[in-house]
Amino acid sequence: MNDTTEYVDELPERVLSMIGTPMYEQTATFPAERSYGYNTLAATQNANPLFWDDDVAAELTDGVVLAPTTLSLWMRPHHWEPGAVGEQVALKVHFDLKEIFGLPEAVMTDNTIIFFDPVRPGDVISNRQVLTSVSGPKTTKLGSGRFWVIDVEFHNQHHDLVGVESYTGFGYVRSGGS
Amino acid sequence: MSASAPVLFDSVAIGDALPELSVEVTPTTVVLGALASRDWRPMHHDFKFATERNGVADIFLNTPNQAAWFERYVSDWAGPRARLGRMTFRMKTSIFPGDRMDFAATVTGVDADDVGQGWATLEVTLTATATDGRDPAPRLASTCTVRVALPADAADNPWSRRGDQWVP
Repeated sequence: MNDTTEYVDELPERVLSMIGTPMYEQTATFPAERSYGYNTLAATQNANPLFWDDDVAAELTDGVVLAPTTLSLWMRPHHWEPGAVGEQVALKVHFDLKEIFGLPEAVMTDNTIIFFDPVRPGDVISNRQVLTSVSGPKTTKLGSGRFWVIDVEFHNQHHDLVGVESYTGFGYVRSGGS
Repeated sequence: MSASAPVLFDSVAIGDALPELSVEVTPTTVVLGALASRDWRPMHHDFKFATERNGVADIFLNTPNQAAWFERYVSDWAGPRARLGRMTFRMKTSIFPGDRMDFAATVTGVDADDVGQGWATLEVTLTATATDGRDPAPRLASTCTVRVALPADAADNPWSRRGDQWVP
């Protein structure tokens, strides 16, 4: 992917103002919980005793911790909740960019996760999103569009850093589409 | 069950290969993984949306669930005392029901950081092979670089590190 600076002249003002600016700072409306965390372990048949055996958790982590790669799920909105309008999405900046550039489809191509303090049941996680770059127009086998990179920082209710994620998304119009 | 340490830092060398893992992907694999990660986007559970809107062959494995599969694969080898520091993965092609996922990995780095924590760097490949009549040629679906902290001995515990003692 090309660096944003090569294309800065052609990017809409709204996108330029987003780059480097923390957006959508929010706190989860529900605490991290062990029972939901089991779904990820079951989905991947992960038998790590750290997450299943309280004695192991007590020995290694002073109590139960949740699997590190569940990080983002504790910030994902409910599919519906009272008062909500439209589809509830986790990575709002990604969907903003789709709208701004008129790119109806999108996929994630790259993901980096850095793990800091473990998330524990009862933690209430907060995060914020930062758009770090947007590419010029690109064409792949999926279609024509742009790549972008969004960083997300996660903290717990004690303001401890629990993780940082970086997503590369590709928003596109399908080949032959409008 | 005890918190045994099957892999110690000193026992790992560059070039070591991890045991391979094969998993048959079903629609349940995809949907369970998506819902487990609270990812409600329709391309991970709605066949018509995936094929007609996204233009792909079927519903496909979502990003957070793929991360969880990499975690499972690495922790199978490293054991509960090992602690993930960082993972970076690139998804080159989607993984669909009817695929077999084959995980393989090689140790590409071993180092100790400035605070004395030993790390292994792993290069993981995830290959998808269609077993349902589609083109059966193996596809390199994803590559993943994992940095995992390993205990120095049976009494060491990377999970005990916090603050400036944990540099992932």
